[in-house]
Amino acid sequence: MKARLIDKSGLQWLLDRLGSQGYEVLAPCLENGVVEAGPVTSLEELPAGVEEETEAGRYRLRFDGKEGTDLLFSHALTAMGWQRFLHPSSEPLWRAELRGGALEIQPLPAEAPRRALVGLRACDLAAISIQDRVLAQNDPRYARRRENLFLVAVNCGRAAATCFCHAMGTGPEVKQGHDLVLTELVGGGAHRFLVEAGSEAGAGMLQALPGREPEADDWEEKRARIEAASRQRRRLPEDTGDLLASSLDHPHWEKVGERCLACGNCTSVCPTCFCSRMVERTGLDGQQATHWRLRDSCFDSEHSYLHGGPVRRDRAARYRQWLTHKLHHWQAQFGTTGCTGCGRCITWCPVGIDLTEEVAALEVAA
Amino acid sequence: MTGRPDPMVPSVLRIARRIEEMEGVVSLELEAPGGFSFQPGQFNMLYAFGVGEVPISISGDPARTDRLRHTVRAVGQVSHALTRLRPGMELGVRGPLGRGWPLEEVAGGDLVLAAGGLGLAPLRPVAELAVADPRRFRRVVLYYGTRNPATVLWRQEMERWRRAGIRVHVTVDSATPGWQGEVGVVTRLMQPGHFEPAVATALLCGPEVMMRFSAQTLHGLGIPAERIHLSMERNMNCGVGLCGHCQFGPRLVCRDGPVFPLPEVESLMQVRGL
Repeated sequence: MKARLIDKSGLQWLLDRLGSQGYEVLAPCLENGVVEAGPVTSLEELPAGVEEETEAGRYRLRFDGKEGTDLLFSHALTAMGWQRFLHPSSEPLWRAELRGGALEIQPLPAEAPRRALVGLRACDLAAISIQDRVLAQNDPRYARRRENLFLVAVNCGRAAATCFCHAMGTGPEVKQGHDLVLTELVGGGAHRFLVEAGSEAGAGMLQALPGREPEADDWEEKRARIEAASRQRRRLPEDTGDLLASSLDHPHWEKVGERCLACGNCTSVCPTCFCSRMVERTGLDGQQATHWRLRDSCFDSEHSYLHGGPVRRDRAARYRQWLTHKLHHWQAQFGTTGCTGCGRCITWCPVGIDLTEEVAALEVAA
Repeated sequence: MTGRPDPMVPSVLRIARRIEEMEGVVSLELEAPGGFSFQPGQFNMLYAFGVGEVPISISGDPARTDRLRHTVRAVGQVSHALTRLRPGMELGVRGPLGRGWPLEEVAGGDLVLAAGGLGLAPLRPVAELAVADPRRFRRVVLYYGTRNPATVLWRQEMERWRRAGIRVHVTVDSATPGWQGEVGVVTRLMQPGHFEPAVATALLCGPEVMMRFSAQTLHGLGIPAERIHLSMERNMNCGVGLCGHCQFGPRLVCRDGPVFPLPEVESLMQVRGL
């Protein structure tokens, strides 16, 4: 079976089924005024009809749903990426005990619950595949969490103003990395979901879904929705890598360094940023310590600390590090770009720095 | 995928000897009952209980697999704690990590070692190899520069290396009364005729500025750029390419280095704050 057409009750059936198979189901919901992934048992918890208005340094939610056909996935993205379910913000790695000079080190097992992530977009899947390249090989903790994921993606039907996945070649159509992919359809007034499988596990689930065979109209509506979501105005030039490589001394870094607050928001919301640092926390008796891994940001002055001070002393050097790593050096390090075109760093920058504009500014000769 | 050993978890080793090399610099010799093999130029993450980990290059004789030596300068919290440890106490070790010196390509040719300050530490295993097997290299020259006579590391060892045929040249940035040796930057020691550039390989370790000028001078004396190797330093937190701290342009120093051939890092070293 290639695909299945289900209605809302069919989608609820899928959530229930995942739950009964021991998955914690996480899907977009409204939380703290943003669309954010959280635990969900009922479709009622999804942000039906909500669309986000994003621009550089701007995020607002509006409700535009037409009665009876409120799209469950009318928003474009969750505010944060999904990577905290794979690469948590803090995690204990091992515990150490000291008794009269004798040291004992006890590895702590990774928390790796079975999780079903529902509502990921093509750019979110691209981000996971980038993190796989960076972490899966050397970090068994990441690898275990990754193995325990079931991924239900959604094809976008509209793009936010900050989206540029089309130019990055990561979306908006979901093509790989998913177990199942949904396309939400409303043509003819009937609210339904076209479901396709992208893995063996997904194919097994598809077989069991209560629905029917999709028809030509359904496929046509899917195509039209993806086409609509492909209309995006931001882009990065094709030769961005070469441009950055030859621009390490460009005076524009100083200009963007004057605007940048080094707050690290971009690195917090970026779905591929992976930096972490190790922190030792000692018990009050001085005989026990726990070694933690915390997510970190290259905008922190401590990040490049080398006997006596940071290598990257100013914000210009730190912004250059972030951008050149993301868009260029990542390629040499991991064989892929570090950017998915999700645009989160643009939206959540408090001073509205837009990486597509910064790259364009570098195109102007110094 | 699962069941692999976690590269983030250290093994525990006991300190057999502690040698106070100079003020603030201590060598720790660890017992390695199971044997510990490494390539000269590699490093370990050393863990001091309750404080944390730091990357320290291995400074011992590679032939002594039962003894693992590191030389630590007390600079930050962790290195201070490490220098306070005593024989009989235990610490954590993760490694050996990184890419060491490319010794295969030197075999039979001339070996030029240039060290600044504690940068001598990762070159000591190379010197010990040369001493143990005099036919391994054609000629061996060591250029060593340090701040002042009080910070000259391993005087006795260098004397032993000299007797074994290594040409040892030492200079200090500023002399104190009684110093009879050279004064000035390490590049002033490097002279034509010390080695045959056509068959020479240079291994450099020290402050970045010292390596930059040493590489220039040695290249000027005829050693091809691809046979000049530098041991780079950046903030290595995990040591296995996972944490992102030791980035140096397109390189991760812990994973791709710490030893790099000059052409891989030359242009990057010209950029401030990279």
